Amino acid sequence: MNITELTVHELQEKLQSKEITIEQITKAYVENIEKYEKDVQAFITPLKENALKQAEEIKKKVENGEITNPLAGIPIGIKDNICTKGIKTTCASKMLENFVAPYNATVMEKIYGENMINLGKLNMDEFAMGASTEYSYFQTTRNPWNLNTVPGGSSGGSAAAVAANMVPWALGSDTGGSIRQPASFCGVVGLKPTYGLVSRYGLVAFASSLDQIGPITKDVKDAAILLNVIAGHDEKDTTSVNKEKVDYTKVLKNDVKGLKIGIPKEYFGEGINSEVKQSLEKAINIYKELGATVEEFSLNIADYALATYYIIACAEASSNLGRFDGIRYGYRTANYSDLKELFRNSRSEGFGAEVKRRIILGTYVLSSGYYDAYYKKAQQVRTLVKKEFDKAFEKYDVLLTPTSPTVAFEIGTRSNNPLEMYLADICTVSVNIAGLPGISIPCGVDSKGMPIGMQLIGNKFAEETILNAAYTYEQKCRFRDVFKSDNVSPKGHM
Amino acid sequence: MQVSREEILHIAKLANLNLKEEEIDTYLLHLQDILNFANIVSNAPVDDLNESIGANDTYNVFRKDEVKVFEDNEALLQNAPEKERNMFKIPKVIQ
Amino acid sequence: MLREDYEIVIGLEVHAELSTKTKIFCSCPTEFGAAPNTHTCPVCMAMPGALPVLNEKVVEYAVKAGLATNCSITKESKNDRKNYFYPDLPKSYQISQFDKPLCTNGSIDIEEEGKAKTIGITRIHIEEDAGKLNHNEFGSGSLVDLNRAGVPLIEIVSEPDMRSSKDAENYLRKIKSILEYIEVSDCKMQEGSLRADVNVSVRKKGAKEFGTRTEMKNMNSFRSIVRAIDYEAERQIEVIENGGKIEQETLRWDDVSGKTFSMRDKEDAQDYRYFPEPDLVAIRLSDEYIENIRKNLPELPESRKKRYLEEYKLTEKESKMLTASKYMSNLFEESLKICGNAKAVANWLLSDVSRILNEKEIEPDQIPFTAEQLAKMIMLIEKGTISSAIGKKVLEELFENPKDPEKIIEEKGWIQISDEGAIKEVVMKILGNNPQSIADFKAGKDRALGFLVGQAMKETKGKANPKMLNDMFLEELKK
Repeated sequence: MNITELTVHELQEKLQSKEITIEQITKAYVENIEKYEKDVQAFITPLKENALKQAEEIKKKVENGEITNPLAGIPIGIKDNICTKGIKTTCASKMLENFVAPYNATVMEKIYGENMINLGKLNMDEFAMGASTEYSYFQTTRNPWNLNTVPGGSSGGSAAAVAANMVPWALGSDTGGSIRQPASFCGVVGLKPTYGLVSRYGLVAFASSLDQIGPITKDVKDAAILLNVIAGHDEKDTTSVNKEKVDYTKVLKNDVKGLKIGIPKEYFGEGINSEVKQSLEKAINIYKELGATVEEFSLNIADYALATYYIIACAEASSNLGRFDGIRYGYRTANYSDLKELFRNSRSEGFGAEVKRRIILGTYVLSSGYYDAYYKKAQQVRTLVKKEFDKAFEKYDVLLTPTSPTVAFEIGTRSNNPLEMYLADICTVSVNIAGLPGISIPCGVDSKGMPIGMQLIGNKFAEETILNAAYTYEQKCRFRDVFKSDNVSPKGHM
Repeated sequence: MQVSREEILHIAKLANLNLKEEEIDTYLLHLQDILNFANIVSNAPVDDLNESIGANDTYNVFRKDEVKVFEDNEALLQNAPEKERNMFKIPKVIQ
Repeated sequence: MLREDYEIVIGLEVHAELSTKTKIFCSCPTEFGAAPNTHTCPVCMAMPGALPVLNEKVVEYAVKAGLATNCSITKESKNDRKNYFYPDLPKSYQISQFDKPLCTNGSIDIEEEGKAKTIGITRIHIEEDAGKLNHNEFGSGSLVDLNRAGVPLIEIVSEPDMRSSKDAENYLRKIKSILEYIEVSDCKMQEGSLRADVNVSVRKKGAKEFGTRTEMKNMNSFRSIVRAIDYEAERQIEVIENGGKIEQETLRWDDVSGKTFSMRDKEDAQDYRYFPEPDLVAIRLSDEYIENIRKNLPELPESRKKRYLEEYKLTEKESKMLTASKYMSNLFEESLKICGNAKAVANWLLSDVSRILNEKEIEPDQIPFTAEQLAKMIMLIEKGTISSAIGKKVLEELFENPKDPEKIIEEKGWIQISDEGAIKEVVMKILGNNPQSIADFKAGKDRALGFLVGQAMKETKGKANPKMLNDMFLEELKK
């Protein structure tokens, strides 16, 4: 038995039946990190020794009954924009290269509260701005399915680490697709919860009204388990919603009979790669076979949503990133004689090109004379997008789209034209604009063996519906079993 | 809308960023490109729609006026590039 | 003096720190004077990932201030970010309110030479205070202390309705008094918890258009505000008379030189890029919420004044002066409760206490002694333990070194001599030294009695009971 091939719910069963121990789990993952990390480069700060020590302590405590959490001793990887007290939180930026957070994000309090083990902080695009991890200040993470391709982003380190079995699961963050797109590129499951379901306290803000933390896992059940841990109202985050807790593992019914699936035809247009389209069409047929009703309809907001996304996200980012001024923490230039130089040089040297590009765009759309034309308009379009989704959810339970127009692309092939890069977010951003939950699950591979992702979008707080729909498909198609064989498994490429 | 060189320099100043001479044209080009695309929002049928502030329409989330002292004051200053007598040190500011 | 053909136009933006226990967006204490950066947390230090949560009291206090200044309360309100870089502003944006302030369209009445005048209040909004930059006296550079960062403020913006520095002073005094009365701010100007940005412009009398205004920021004493307005108006008139133009700019008032100076680089035109704060949700106030605050609004100066006229039979002027400051008014009421003599307390507060405040250039809230100490002093006079002359000395002492007046007079040996034997001894001695006065008295010159009493007072250093002296001299002289 290879421990690191197992999902977390499988690990839990084996722990229960005492087939394996807590220490063995962490040890197995640490060994994999040692084996694969030099190729994949998913970690910014691996915590191997610390994790092993913790595993030993937690094992003892579990044995003498001190702790009983069902997830005690399960390791996890954390995207490096989630604050971890006493551990560096870099946002993959030179700006925060040596920043040690003075507090834990609320999700970390919950993770540690379950006595889970932090295996390390994972790579990403700088400040979560990007879709490939190529904008990390430290390194570009490789896609375990093909080391010459990107893992997607911005949570590329999280998705790649899960795909390469270096962590059993991970936390990512999603502002415009940053969980779902890398999950799709790496053949794993990624869930962006409804805005407000998970506390943002301690998530270094990119765009406050769009950011959500969510799980990246090997399968849907694990996503439900991890969502159970991190979801819930937090009085430290005013935008987190106070509603009754749901046990998301209980909603996985393996049944979609009568489920109404809407297929927005605009998301299957010319920009979508034909192999991706074919794969999705197969998936749609499987849903039909499983008893769901499927209907094509028009949701003509994709372009508006994308433009709105870049206006709102950049505007908020330009303000959110103002605090990096070289005074209280973070990079300070060596080259200054007065305050103005301290500010400008620290920020110019500390931020990478993409971050600066977005700050400039965001500053522009907020500046006097342009606010009404861009920001104000974008907020109105946001209302429009919400309304259009509301209409769609009057008719359908779930919307089904590709997660990304393409599979993972080769490293270094797409960074030169920002607009083209932004356009690739077309399938994911409208979900953030409307604050909806979205999940990406693998639904096949292309002719080169690269995974293709399917996105299921639900109504607000209807995580139950999309989790069950995803689970039912997964049970039927068993992507992991089919593609775990030696010829296509991640390790096959290493 | 056409963005001028002066404008992008003004924006960079507002954002406290330097743009090197050789960067200006690239940033200008990219900004122009993205704005041209973003301009489609001006054609969106939104005339009578309200502006959304956030994803949700929640309101009135308040905190009680009760003191809680942060437990690790020391950690708050440990990342400071330069400090003196528990304060952050910066170049002299004439107020 | 200001040229008579010109008119000054003044508008004030008053910033008052609210007297909540905690900051506006985090649970750190707001107390003044703590060691640097000890009243801080990830939120007010703008640590990455930290989020603001609005203090409910801040909304309540702002609504109170709005109701007390006759404002309409905005039912659908929100917070906005005001973006600019400054080392005392850790997030590089201030959470404030832009287009939906909590209160709008109010007014208060001030008095100018006995005539009432209404000053419009454009708006009141809530926002956070910035930190403090300290000059580094032991080395180079400046030092940032963020204890004050996030202390709640209301900004009260007036209409440009004031026409003289006196108007501005009266307006600010009235605002201060109202805020004190409704207990939303302690308004300690010396600690910076009440400060004003002053906008000044001038125009030819009768002109319809306003002139270009200049702004002087962060003024925190009445005296400097008056001086700065007068100086700035003169300066502007001179510029205009010399054919120049006033530039709209921010100025710094220098109290030492008595001049204003240009402050900001003109090339750095500000553009605050206001936009709705996405980390906070909207504020919706129900009629019920607003009415509840209105019902529980504490007594305002106007109604206290009325009560003083009717209940304590004080004069119009006395009542007005006492109620001008809540501290003064409270001191009056508390002292009165202890000693029961309204007239006496009022007299002491309005004459000697006010005189000393003026001499020291301090505000009533800086009075160091308690109501109990004042009341005791008055009671000691009434009982005859001390004379009112000694009372004045006790009061001076209460300002310098406040403690129980009985202790003071005991330590200083100021107890009035009321012992008959001792008085008699002094009387006999003075009579013996002044045979001429005795003769004068007997010849019908009543003034001679006054002289003798005065001599006896001098002899006893003011401690002899004046009534007993008087009686005993008369008795002896009539023998």
